Amino acid sequence: MSEQVQPAVSDEVIVYRKRRGVELLLLLLAQSFGFAGWIITDLNLYGELPSNLIVVACIWYGMGVAAHLVVRFLLPYADPIILPCVFLLNGLGLAMIYRIDQIPEPIKDDSMTQLIWTGLGLILFAAVIIVLRDHRRLQRYPYLMFIGGLFLLLLPLMPGIGHASGGAQIWIRVAGFSFQPAEIAKIMLAIAFAAYFYEKREVLALAGRRFLGIELPRARDLGPIMIMWGASLAVMVFQNDLGTSLLFFGLFTVMIYIATERPAWPILAGTLFIGAALAAYKFTNHVPRRVNAWLDPFSDYDKNLQIISAQFGFAWGGLFGRGWGLGRPGLTPLAKSDMIAAALGEEIGVLGLMAIIMVYGLLIARGFKTALTAPDGFGKLLAAGLSFVFALQVFAIIGGVTRLLPLTGLTTPFMSQGGSSLIANWIIIGILMVISHRARMPQAATAAPQEVGDLEAHTAVISR
Amino acid sequence: MNGPIRKVTIFVSLLLAALLVNTTWISVVRTDSLNNDTRNRRVRDAEFSRNRGAILVGNEPIAESVPRSGRFPFVRTYPDGELWSSVTGWYSYDYGRSGLEQSFNQQLAGTSSEQSFARVIDLLTGRQSSGANVQTTLNPAAQKAAVDALGDKRGAVVAMNYETGEILSLVSTPTYDPNLLATVDLGEAQRAWSELLNADDEPLKGRATREVYPPGSTFKLITAAAALEDGMVPDTMVDAPDSLPLPNSSRSMGNSTNCGGDRVTIQQAMQTSCNTAFGNLGLELGADKMTQMAEAFGFNQDPTVDIAAAKSRFPGELDEAQTALTAIGQYDVAASPLQMVQVVAAIANDGRMMKPYLVSTVTNRDLTVLSSTSPQEQSRPVSESTAELLRQMMVATVEDGTGTPAQISGVTIGGKTGTAQTAPDRPPYAWFVGYAEDPKVAIVAFVEDADVARDDISGGKLAAPIFRKVLEALR
Repeated sequence: MSEQVQPAVSDEVIVYRKRRGVELLLLLLAQSFGFAGWIITDLNLYGELPSNLIVVACIWYGMGVAAHLVVRFLLPYADPIILPCVFLLNGLGLAMIYRIDQIPEPIKDDSMTQLIWTGLGLILFAAVIIVLRDHRRLQRYPYLMFIGGLFLLLLPLMPGIGHASGGAQIWIRVAGFSFQPAEIAKIMLAIAFAAYFYEKREVLALAGRRFLGIELPRARDLGPIMIMWGASLAVMVFQNDLGTSLLFFGLFTVMIYIATERPAWPILAGTLFIGAALAAYKFTNHVPRRVNAWLDPFSDYDKNLQIISAQFGFAWGGLFGRGWGLGRPGLTPLAKSDMIAAALGEEIGVLGLMAIIMVYGLLIARGFKTALTAPDGFGKLLAAGLSFVFALQVFAIIGGVTRLLPLTGLTTPFMSQGGSSLIANWIIIGILMVISHRARMPQAATAAPQEVGDLEAHTAVISR
Repeated sequence: MNGPIRKVTIFVSLLLAALLVNTTWISVVRTDSLNNDTRNRRVRDAEFSRNRGAILVGNEPIAESVPRSGRFPFVRTYPDGELWSSVTGWYSYDYGRSGLEQSFNQQLAGTSSEQSFARVIDLLTGRQSSGANVQTTLNPAAQKAAVDALGDKRGAVVAMNYETGEILSLVSTPTYDPNLLATVDLGEAQRAWSELLNADDEPLKGRATREVYPPGSTFKLITAAAALEDGMVPDTMVDAPDSLPLPNSSRSMGNSTNCGGDRVTIQQAMQTSCNTAFGNLGLELGADKMTQMAEAFGFNQDPTVDIAAAKSRFPGELDEAQTALTAIGQYDVAASPLQMVQVVAAIANDGRMMKPYLVSTVTNRDLTVLSSTSPQEQSRPVSESTAELLRQMMVATVEDGTGTPAQISGVTIGGKTGTAQTAPDRPPYAWFVGYAEDPKVAIVAFVEDADVARDDISGGKLAAPIFRKVLEALR
């Protein structure tokens, strides 16, 4: 988009179908997966239906209907597939957490906490929709967002409130609540990048020096890249978290590439990141351990118990899984959070896990579709960035659990136990829905976005 | 901006495709090795909780799964554990399996491929899957006689019907109680395991099939067989000096018994277990013929029995001195008791070696037969006439030779004694291998820590009575 060519204003108006009814049906279907998982767990473990079946059904389906109503009245043109996908994933996550709760004596009630967090996430989702109404408002404070995001990202390094778990220092603990600020930083930085790059895209795309056939940007524009690179490096080295650092750096790189349309950026950034990763492998203890656990887990059975146990779970589950409540997911440490994909793979099988990957794929695809159809550059960038973050996160964590890559401490979006991740992801979905509503609103076929009211004098309607 | 967005989308779809391909890879390639890993607790727990089939002798179970309540719904029990431990082996949560529990594990657990149809039916009808029962060929009387005769000595007895290959008794002493290892009290099992593992007399060793020992003079049967196959006869004269200097070495071979002359017939040499005569036979035949005969009898071959067994060894690339030593079963020759009983059985069965087996049938709980074993000729190491001549010599050995302690009046018995010394500081091994014509059975008795003088007569004195007791139990 270095050259903004405005199409001629025509009288044609593109009208997407709203498809809200379809969304509701899909939503109820999608919610039933998690709900059924919960019921089957009880049937398999105790041979009877859960005692609070009606109450839970009302709450669970009520949540879905409430979310749907908010969308129906406030964002009538939003994408109808996104919400069902999210509810499907969230429901399966809840059911699996409930199932793992049943293992210890006495049984735990983490799934209840997770349900409350889901409710909170939904409230924030609704709040985003109600308050925001138009995503372009987010464009106003790029620098504030950037500084805030970086601050949150590096917050766990502050002495006193940061605390480490499982080797990675990505939590803060305030008043007994632990929270992963990186999850919120994810959103703020995505907004900041989108705004900043959209504004500066011309400058960044200016050809600098050519090097090996790659047009490098000017040295002064390398500043932001270097800051971000430094921050990612700090996360990797000081917080011991390869996953988070990869996530932010990837987000940054992809957004700058989309804004400038210059392949030089991702190539440069990728080189820098690979260099940093190699250095981390050389000079930290944490990274080589993870890499070794990935390449040869059986070399140190006790240390790599988690990943080995996950592999055993997949093998034991086989193609169709053991069934809800019939596997042994509790044998894997952190089965509810980091390894929930392994627990699902064990109980609903490799096929179930593949289906889950496909649902993620569908969600990500709808996100990119939103980016493609969004009328304004900022919306495009933001939607693409947020979708890419989802994609990268799913790739990193499911890839880690299935030993495609080294295991990182990322959460599985919408599934892992953990409030911060759930809330942040629901907020992201809220933003995506707002952009998607803007993108699918009826408008004249021009590049200039306009309100519905401006479209009184249309002559032809093209349905898509 | 849509161009780059499309490119990023392609990149993302490649990432997701990689996830899917890798997941497929897990289920197609890695699953089997992961499920067979002994550390896979999921598989172990599931197996340990299964209703395993019983191992039967006649109609009596010698190993069965008994229902109980608690973490493991079944516990493996061995009604007469000490008596049958050499056959059943142990079945434990932490220490794997051995014996028939190991070699028929899939059938007993119900996880073998033949049972997959039954498993599907069980799944559809909601029945608890259960394993198949394994019926053995063993004879309780012979087994008991063997255990009692060996007493607290370390040793082994294998008895085999030489016409069919059915193993009638298989004992390795000291025995142990597999119940101690099969218990669901895992701490108790751990204590029992370390106690058994560290016991001085090593009860967990499978001396009958899984260990190999120098066969000593019992190997002279094979040397004699090679000589007869080479055209000699029992009356062929061989030099039997008091001491045979070994070619190209400073050592010489001596006799532990009186050979009865400087030149004796092969039959006399067999009766008196004359070392120098057989050493000379070995030199005369040469390494190649000796190796050929030993391998025809099953040395250096993979064991064919349906329980874990070790390969018996006949060394290669022998010089003359070593050939002379191997001819009397010393140097690097090593045989399991099972291997020696197979040698005798082949001789007793007109030179036809039958495949030894312990399990006759495997039947599902609904009594459908999964598999059954029928007698099967494995090889013909010697001709019928050679076998007959060898039997004649073995009978003479028992009637009027080193094997007299094995005599039972009214039964034609042929046999060969052996006393193998390995190191000067440890007691020699005592062997007796033999066969009877009624019942048609070949038996080996082996004692590892024979506290006897180093001559064949005393080896025979120690091992032959064990042979006799087992044979009497079988009559």
